[in-house]
Amino acid sequence: MELLKEEVEEKKKLITTLRNKPWRMKRRLQQLKEAQAFVEKFEGALGKGKGRKLYAYKVMMAKKLIKFKRDFENFKTACIPWERKIKEVESHFGSSVASYFIFLRWMYGLNLVLFGLMFGLVVMPEVLMGLPYGSIPRKTIPRPLQETAMDLSVLLDFGGFMKYSVLFYGYYNDERTIGVLQFRLPLSYLLVGVGIFGYSLMVVIRMMARNANEGGDGTDEGDFNFSWKMFTSWDYLIGNPETADNKFASITTSFKESIVDEQENQKDENIHLRRFLRVLANFFILCTLGGSGYLIYFVVKRSQEFAEINQDNLSWFEKNEVEFVMSLLGLVCPPLFETIAELEEYHPRIALKWQLGRIFALFLGNLYTFLFALFDEVNAKLENEKSIKNATITAYNEYYSNYSSFYNTTDVPPLDIQPADAIRGPCWETAVGIEFVKLTVSDIQVTYLTILIGDFLRAFLVRFLNYCWCWDLEAGFPSYGEFDISGNVLGLIFNQGMIWMGAFYAPGLVGLNVLRLLSSMYYQCWAVMSCNVPHERVFKASRSNNFYMALLLLVLFLSLLPVVYTIMTLSPSFDCGPFSGREKMYEIVMETIEKDLPAFIGNIFTYATNPGLILPAVLLMVLALYYLNALSKGYQQANLDLKKKMQITRDEEKNRRNNKDSTNQVMKDLDDLLPNRSLIPPPEEEEPPPPVVQKGSKSPKLKPGSAANGRGVKLQKEVSLAAANPRGVVNRPPGPRGGPPGNVRGPQPGPGRGRGRGGPPPMQ
Amino acid sequence: MGNKQTIFSAQQLDAYQDCTYFTRKEILRLFSRYRDLAPQLVPLDYTHQPDVKLPYELIGSMPELKDNPFRQRIAEVFSEDGEGNMTLDDFLDMFSVLSEMAPRDLKAYYAFKIYDFNNDDFICKLDLVKTLNKLTRNELTEDEVRMVCEKVMEEADMDNDGRLSLEDFQHVIVRAPEFLSTFHIRI
Repeated sequence: MELLKEEVEEKKKLITTLRNKPWRMKRRLQQLKEAQAFVEKFEGALGKGKGRKLYAYKVMMAKKLIKFKRDFENFKTACIPWERKIKEVESHFGSSVASYFIFLRWMYGLNLVLFGLMFGLVVMPEVLMGLPYGSIPRKTIPRPLQETAMDLSVLLDFGGFMKYSVLFYGYYNDERTIGVLQFRLPLSYLLVGVGIFGYSLMVVIRMMARNANEGGDGTDEGDFNFSWKMFTSWDYLIGNPETADNKFASITTSFKESIVDEQENQKDENIHLRRFLRVLANFFILCTLGGSGYLIYFVVKRSQEFAEINQDNLSWFEKNEVEFVMSLLGLVCPPLFETIAELEEYHPRIALKWQLGRIFALFLGNLYTFLFALFDEVNAKLENEKSIKNATITAYNEYYSNYSSFYNTTDVPPLDIQPADAIRGPCWETAVGIEFVKLTVSDIQVTYLTILIGDFLRAFLVRFLNYCWCWDLEAGFPSYGEFDISGNVLGLIFNQGMIWMGAFYAPGLVGLNVLRLLSSMYYQCWAVMSCNVPHERVFKASRSNNFYMALLLLVLFLSLLPVVYTIMTLSPSFDCGPFSGREKMYEIVMETIEKDLPAFIGNIFTYATNPGLILPAVLLMVLALYYLNALSKGYQQANLDLKKKMQITRDEEKNRRNNKDSTNQVMKDLDDLLPNRSLIPPPEEEEPPPPVVQKGSKSPKLKPGSAANGRGVKLQKEVSLAAANPRGVVNRPPGPRGGPPGNVRGPQPGPGRGRGRGGPPPMQ
Repeated sequence: MGNKQTIFSAQQLDAYQDCTYFTRKEILRLFSRYRDLAPQLVPLDYTHQPDVKLPYELIGSMPELKDNPFRQRIAEVFSEDGEGNMTLDDFLDMFSVLSEMAPRDLKAYYAFKIYDFNNDDFICKLDLVKTLNKLTRNELTEDEVRMVCEKVMEEADMDNDGRLSLEDFQHVIVRAPEFLSTFHIRI
């Protein structure tokens, strides 16, 4: 009975791992039919006796679940957009360029979810259930600004009507609950703001884990240089003759280079000169970075001065100076870094890493300088606010005393001012939000313009001026552009960083980004296909996948810091936004706990925030970290030991066979008589169970030409000295990978064989 | 998902979904690609499993394969008769192994078969020479070819028998960072 159950389970497992087996389709279909018939027959039998109905029910539910899962997977794949587009780009430009577009698509998905969160939980409730425009001071445009409120120039600057709309922080009301459903808007605003970071973190880490699995172990890079070049350099995705030509050329060049490398010894001629040049180059780069940081600081300070002057006297350039300068720096500095890096003479892959690192430092420095300058502005506004607050209070007291002295009553009706006329404080959060939105918009503009001019115009000129130009524009300078993968990916990552930072102050920013990514996809696909040529020099960009994810993670943390800082330390404006009137923004959480949740939860939280409880918890986490670290070190050591063991076994076999070769002349003669002169196949580490041999000999042969099976069997009989392994030749499916049902190891790979994905359906 | 199609029976489609990495829609799309190669040879009704084989010339002219230097070997490895003439089963099998979702081990197994030009289950020097020449379109000199093949044999041959067995090959390939992304055809 038990045996039967086990067999049924095995058959079921076989069905799920069927697609991983390297068999012919016919054989697979046949196996599937057999296994399914078996399961059908015996599952019924197993259900006899008590609990039959329950068992049958369970079986039916399992079947329905499988069917549902399959339908869901089908549906999910049908929903993935732009598959054809990416395939086209891939076949023309290879997998590394396509990886950018796949990254873009993934970002689009992420932003769509963030937008859904922000829109559904913050914007919609305020629009549907909050007070309408014009009812309270914070929602109304102040009277002096009302004439120019709908001007296009003001709107493009995100002032006027834009400023006092749902797009920015200042619009939201601070009532604890709104509408019929008692929706707690301020709480929701805070939680969504933090939740955006939490969700992004979760998604990025999940992606990194998935990528890490595919990477294989990172060691042994130089060991298999030629083998990898030979077996993995051709990109099977290429479907275009021009790209294929390029690929052939680059493979040939790469082989030639490796041959040259191999032939010449490592001569480090004049290492001192090289070191000096490298130090010099780094010095230049540091100067550039410092210079750009200072420039941004200077420009932001100037923009603060400009803010004091009347807006009409400023030119467009002066108004948008900050964003313009930042985007310009982002455009000019990377090529500058590349030129300086030529002094260093690194290997291209190392040079690429340095370049990426420097561009990252540039963007980071710029962003943080911008932030610091912004914080100065915020503090200034807070000071300003204090004085306005005092002014309002004095004005109110005055009105009160006047009224009561005039009418001689103490029952003073509240001051009735039109919302548009009320004295407004400078809402620093909205100002910050506007800055971020302007930055994003100018970034978008610069990117699109660069593509238009740098790629399209250039291709246009090269194509049409070529007819009447002295030298061949297409082959020499400037020729068509190549798609700059790393520049674009970094741009995308930093754009996302800005979104993360600004989303808390400008809920509309995420929606803007979704639109941007959508249009970017179509625009860049078109630009790449019509204006770019495939790379001449193909270098490995594959392991960089996790590198970019790591960058994204770093940017996520760095953009989390300012937001958390403002939530914890800065006090919100007194008359705008959902947290107005409170001392700190996070107080809303405590208010909710006190007022809305039952008393005992409040007690729980008070106990939980007790330092006496937090310190042991932190200690426990540190201990867990230490333990996991030690565990991973132990695994690494075990891994190394196993590898060494494998190497020793191989060496032994080598020695044994070498010895056997020289001594056993009879065996040698016998070998010569065999059809293919093939020696015994190398033995395997694990002993596959006997059923494998039978399966191997029974299965329909893959190549009718090879008499391998017969040869294998013959060899076993004759050369029993050396081959202790009673298995057939390679035609059987490789043992450890989803072998016969009896094999307990089933889908697990052999030791040290890298992480295959034998078992469950890989879509999960 | 509820669309009525009469090419395959529901059972067949389910069986194909179990045996490949494709969803229902993709299988139908692959069938239409297969049929487009030779509409007069391929019937529209596969419920009775007609025995139809497309000759290699048609397979080799597909846009996904026509620029691949190894297209003939790929077709030979995945075809039942070993000549490159493929039935629909072979066709599905081929693209399933070459798809994104196939695991590394499975791909390594078939890659080994593809690079083994003489079908003796070992990659010998001659196979390496042929692979290299196909990769570089005969642009390297004799000396260079010899040097590269020697280096490869030195790097990968663990048991020192002068040729690469499946284990040797897998040991090398499974560590290669780009293997999964290059040994992949999107269709």
